[in-house]
Amino acid sequence: MKIRATLKGDTVDVRVLMVHPMETGQRKDASGAVVPMHFIQEVVVRVNGKPVLEGQISQAVSRNPVFSFRLKGAKAGDKLEIAWLDSKGERSLSDAVIA
Amino acid sequence: MSAMKPLRRTLVLAAGALAGSLLAPLRAFAAWNKEAFGSKTAAEALKGLGVSASSESKDIVIEAPQIAENGAVVPIEVSSNIANTKSISVVIEKNPFPLAAKFDFSDGALPYVKVNVKMGESSFVRVVAEAGGRFYTATKEVKVTIGGCGG
Repeated sequence: MKIRATLKGDTVDVRVLMVHPMETGQRKDASGAVVPMHFIQEVVVRVNGKPVLEGQISQAVSRNPVFSFRLKGAKAGDKLEIAWLDSKGERSLSDAVIA
Repeated sequence: MSAMKPLRRTLVLAAGALAGSLLAPLRAFAAWNKEAFGSKTAAEALKGLGVSASSESKDIVIEAPQIAENGAVVPIEVSSNIANTKSISVVIEKNPFPLAAKFDFSDGALPYVKVNVKMGESSFVRVVAEAGGRFYTATKEVKVTIGGCGG
């Protein structure tokens, strides 16, 4: 994951890029075989260990998902963690410091 | 073989510690709403989300292209100006599985999200915001030139 978290005034702009195929189950590969569904289902954002945002998403989110969020009350130096869990039970966790 | 045992134990312990550290934040996950996300119509998806009645609101702002040339990547930006907005859901009415996303905001996150989505064909994008136990909704039409559900 690539996370950018920047404080502007009293709001933190968060942008995150997740590397994931987000397969819909409708796409066919070069040999004509259907590529099975495989997509991120859950996303959680935490600030200094406290969850502030939880997302549930579907296969309709584009490949290599990019999200923007906005946080209030966080400050420069706070620790931001973002985790995802996909339909195969695979998971990823990344953190960043708010700049 | 006996010489390998301690190594194997070390590896198992390391794997366990790694899984534990990754699992910790994920316990905060609410279970994925299988019923709502598995719905094939917008009406069923809304029912699955527990939306019984909703009122149209101009306080939900949807930014999306009027015409999306590539349905595989359609940027949708949503914010709610309704006080105490707790969640925002995005429903792409004509998609095979219309519910695209639901975001729950706790104290500390503004009711705002921007995400790229796939659209199979031209459709209304419906946003539902939940605030104070009530549901508010707004729509925006997006015309799609090349559908993006096969991608």
